[in-house]
Amino acid sequence: MMPAALEIKNLDCFHGDVQVLHGLSLELKAGEVHCLLGRNGAGKTTTLKAIMGLLPARAGSIALNGTELTRLPAHEVPKAGIAYVPQGRRLFAEMTVAENLEIGLMARGRGGATREAVLDLFPLLRERLKQRSGTLSGGEQQMLAMARALCLEPDVLLLDEPTEGLMPSMIARIRETVSRLRERGVSTLLVEQRIDAVLPVADRVTFVENGRVRATVDVQAVRADPAMVNRYVGVG
Amino acid sequence: MGFGPHLLLATLEGLVTSAVLALTALGLSLVFGVMRVVNVAHGEFYMLGAVVAWWIASLVTGHPALGFLAALVVSPLIVGAMALVCERLVLRKLAYNPESTIVATIGILYIIQQLALTFYGADARPVPPPFNVRVQLPWFGYSGYKLSVIAASAALLLATWFVLTRTRIGLVMRATQYDGETARAFGIPVETVYAGVFALGAMLAAIAAVLIVPISQAHYLMGRDPLLLSFIVVIIGGLGSLRGTVLAAVLIGLADGIISVFFSPTLAKIIATLLVAMVLVFRPQGLFGTAAR
Repeated sequence: MMPAALEIKNLDCFHGDVQVLHGLSLELKAGEVHCLLGRNGAGKTTTLKAIMGLLPARAGSIALNGTELTRLPAHEVPKAGIAYVPQGRRLFAEMTVAENLEIGLMARGRGGATREAVLDLFPLLRERLKQRSGTLSGGEQQMLAMARALCLEPDVLLLDEPTEGLMPSMIARIRETVSRLRERGVSTLLVEQRIDAVLPVADRVTFVENGRVRATVDVQAVRADPAMVNRYVGVG
Repeated sequence: MGFGPHLLLATLEGLVTSAVLALTALGLSLVFGVMRVVNVAHGEFYMLGAVVAWWIASLVTGHPALGFLAALVVSPLIVGAMALVCERLVLRKLAYNPESTIVATIGILYIIQQLALTFYGADARPVPPPFNVRVQLPWFGYSGYKLSVIAASAALLLATWFVLTRTRIGLVMRATQYDGETARAFGIPVETVYAGVFALGAMLAAIAAVLIVPISQAHYLMGRDPLLLSFIVVIIGGLGSLRGTVLAAVLIGLADGIISVFFSPTLAKIIATLLVAMVLVFRPQGLFGTAAR
């Protein structure tokens, strides 16, 4: 059994006075690709934001390789070895590609060596370093968002709807990148609404509904019983 | 004096106004751009800069240049420290909420103003200029100090541009300005950046005041006009845009100088206000600002 890289226990999280997560528990094993699946408003993005400290946890714990993240201020969380690719990419659109990568390199990583390794993973960005990131295509922006996150040399990568609005060829490239990261030992927690887009690369799937975990299953179980997706969360 | 020399004189006067205005407005623009805080107390940091400059200059004996230089260094530091205290005790407690901070900075405005009235008094007091050199042009002589104010302001604006666009600190400030939450997710301590920017904004206003106080005088109500003009500049130039702020300051300063000399100062203010109204109607983000995200 692989050890847990990220362990969430009984997490309660609120948007203002509205409770979004109700005692959510989740375990991300070292080197696995774990997909968090659920309807809009199920609490998937809230879970990722809570892990990053961007929304405070009112109860429960989030441990990354034994470090309790809920006790850290939000800006210390990425330094613990966790990187976040937010929904909609959230690039610094007025900055160049190189400047976006520089932001990623500030908190962690080995500077130039990390930058080169990341650019080897996304060679297209090497040709666009001086281009304003807001002028990139959707697929290129997603690559940059992932590259910026990987500049942190994370142990755990959080991806929020990375395939949103992308062409099939670009989705395949993202899957390929996630697979390569797994080979390097990076654990990935992937939030998606489209199970078909991530099923080929996922190891396990957790179904979330109304801020609670309905079930966590191996991906083979989902492949063997595709109706399971509809049964649990009514998406797919 | 013929029309040409008269126009040149008005232009020079306008450039001095532009130079001081650009620095003051840049401080206001940075604070809004990065923190989304409309700092109504910005003019009081300007006033404090002048009052502290007078106090320091009056303490330093010897050549006036010594007192002025001491004021130019120490006054912005003291004002920056006071801004840090305001940021920590007030703005941070309000979580930088845009509406609440407007009300809070109005409160800060009155507190600083009344403190100045209590401890400094109601009199207007001059600071001696560091040097008295007259630059003789073919048509008239002009204050060398005023020309040096234009040069100093240009140098400071260039330095600010360099810091914002070419250094790591500038990159962090810009990232925080574009998207604070994402910046935080990349290890940027956003509250620390906010504190630094608020102090920097106040320091720019204080430097502008130290530069102008040998020309005008230090007075506890002197923050009102720069605040109003800074808002005009920032609205026309575009909040958070350095280029827009500088160009709008030059435009407003020159218009103020030229129209005041040839017509009347009131007409200059009417035109500036009309310009703001037109910008708000036809291009709310300002001439060089970007539309709201």
